[in-house]
Amino acid sequence: MYIRSALTALLILAGGGAFALDDPQTPLQDPMKTGMWDYHQKGLLGDPADIRFDDRVVLRAPEAAEDSLNVPLVVDATAIPDVKRIVVSADYGPIPHILTYYPEEAQPKLALRFKIDQATAIRASVETHAGTWHVGSIYIDAAGGGCTAPSHAYASDDWEEHLGEIHGRLWAAAGRARVIVDHPMDTGLADGIPVFIINDLALQSEDGTSLARIELREPVNEDPAFTFYFAEGALPASVQVVGRDNNGNRIRGHLTDGELN
Amino acid sequence: MLTRRTALGLMAALPFATSRAWAQARLSYDLVPRQLADGVWMVEGAIDYFSMQNGGAIVNITLLQGQTGLILIDSGPSRRYGEALVGLARGLDIRGISAVVNTHHHPDHFFGNQVFDGTPIHALGETRQAALTEGEGFADNMYRLLGDWMRGTEVVPPSDVIPGGDLMIDGRAFLAMPLGGHTVADLALLDRETGALVTGDLVFYDRAPTTPSADLNRWNASLDALEGEKAALVIPGHGPADPTGAAIQQTRDYLGWLEQALRTGARQGMDMVELIEAPLPERFADMGAQPQEYHRSVSHLFPAIELEELPRGN
Repeated sequence: MYIRSALTALLILAGGGAFALDDPQTPLQDPMKTGMWDYHQKGLLGDPADIRFDDRVVLRAPEAAEDSLNVPLVVDATAIPDVKRIVVSADYGPIPHILTYYPEEAQPKLALRFKIDQATAIRASVETHAGTWHVGSIYIDAAGGGCTAPSHAYASDDWEEHLGEIHGRLWAAAGRARVIVDHPMDTGLADGIPVFIINDLALQSEDGTSLARIELREPVNEDPAFTFYFAEGALPASVQVVGRDNNGNRIRGHLTDGELN
Repeated sequence: MLTRRTALGLMAALPFATSRAWAQARLSYDLVPRQLADGVWMVEGAIDYFSMQNGGAIVNITLLQGQTGLILIDSGPSRRYGEALVGLARGLDIRGISAVVNTHHHPDHFFGNQVFDGTPIHALGETRQAALTEGEGFADNMYRLLGDWMRGTEVVPPSDVIPGGDLMIDGRAFLAMPLGGHTVADLALLDRETGALVTGDLVFYDRAPTTPSADLNRWNASLDALEGEKAALVIPGHGPADPTGAAIQQTRDYLGWLEQALRTGARQGMDMVELIEAPLPERFADMGAQPQEYHRSVSHLFPAIELEELPRGN
């Protein structure tokens, strides 16, 4: 009798323990109720202790994704002081992590485009240098299929000639830098097409000082397009664009505040 | 992927599904033909975007009297809509529909085709090709947007390729204008007898033009060609029939503004979200399906325009 009770108690402990192991150390009430946030909080953010949903992290996007391969998004954490990095992710999708932005000398605000595989909550998780996390959310409806479709690049036979081509410029007075890099950004999810993506993209001053940088993942759109935001007048007259893809191709270019061609 | 389309098919296969009250709820199109001229009728669509409320009945349908029945221009968004057209046509001419024309390959203009199996369905060659390659993708999205309204709808591309120029369809004389710009191929038909010009979606009136397949330069050239006909009556793809020519001007005005707004935005370093958030000019804000169509157009057109406007950085 005693042994049976002890066994039952052990089973209850073990059962309870198993559930506790799945929970993040700081469980949150997800305003989007996706059922996936706990999982991403642990897996994507490394289960931080000091984390909260925070309305000061603003995401702006259309209600519905018209083009699953090119969903625009603006992430704005300028109301959060001392930002170290911003992790942008999708709750539902074969590859949840979209990119991580390190604003460095720029404002903690970024415009980007990404591929969406189905209607999903999108998150921007902002880590401060003090190690606190602040999470913002937005819901985007979509017909889907963006991540599992082959890139458009292979519809043309000259895509290699354009690989790494950069378009963009600076608007120093407005504190704005825009850059578009020609790249297929293949997710590896389309049949027979391996992962081929830009891993790193950074803005540097001409002496090599880093101004802002992005770690890109597969869901970033084909021909990645970003707007970086700086304080008014904080940008130099020209900056370097420096990057690398997972095949070792280097990306090099310059943005200037010159007149348009 | 389990799409809404396959899910509906699965439910239809279940024996108990038909006993459910919701499955018996009748979704019916209330189509009313309006006579515009002798032997010319129009079924006017809602000026909204596709919704569960309108069942996709957002398109204008034109019916013209032929020698052996009625000539139908565009067949609507679904099988059920095509069936409603058959009933409506028999009320106008007991012999029913003798020929069908598809102005272009967008789903609201040809997804009623399957009902007219055995009747010649005319279209430009590139329209037929585009319906073959893009039709199934459109169908998935239409099932997602319209659900049960789409039940049983299959993609049936047009069967008979027609050239441009003078043309007889079921004994009625038309000038067929093979144009494009709204899509890869847009057919406009000028009815020789009444002077009515059926423009397909090259012309919208008080309803925002749609741009998922648009080539704006080509579209503008097509509008010039349509205007050159000085038609007595313009029947646009969406919006009311227009005897004044204002519909063509309004479409040109909107497309010109749209392109300029996107180019100016690109030159200021704007991204798509910032453009989507910008307010519409007053003269366009009250068009049907706004601001949704403007938002969609930003997605369709901006990435290419931006590459043209921004300088090379290497």
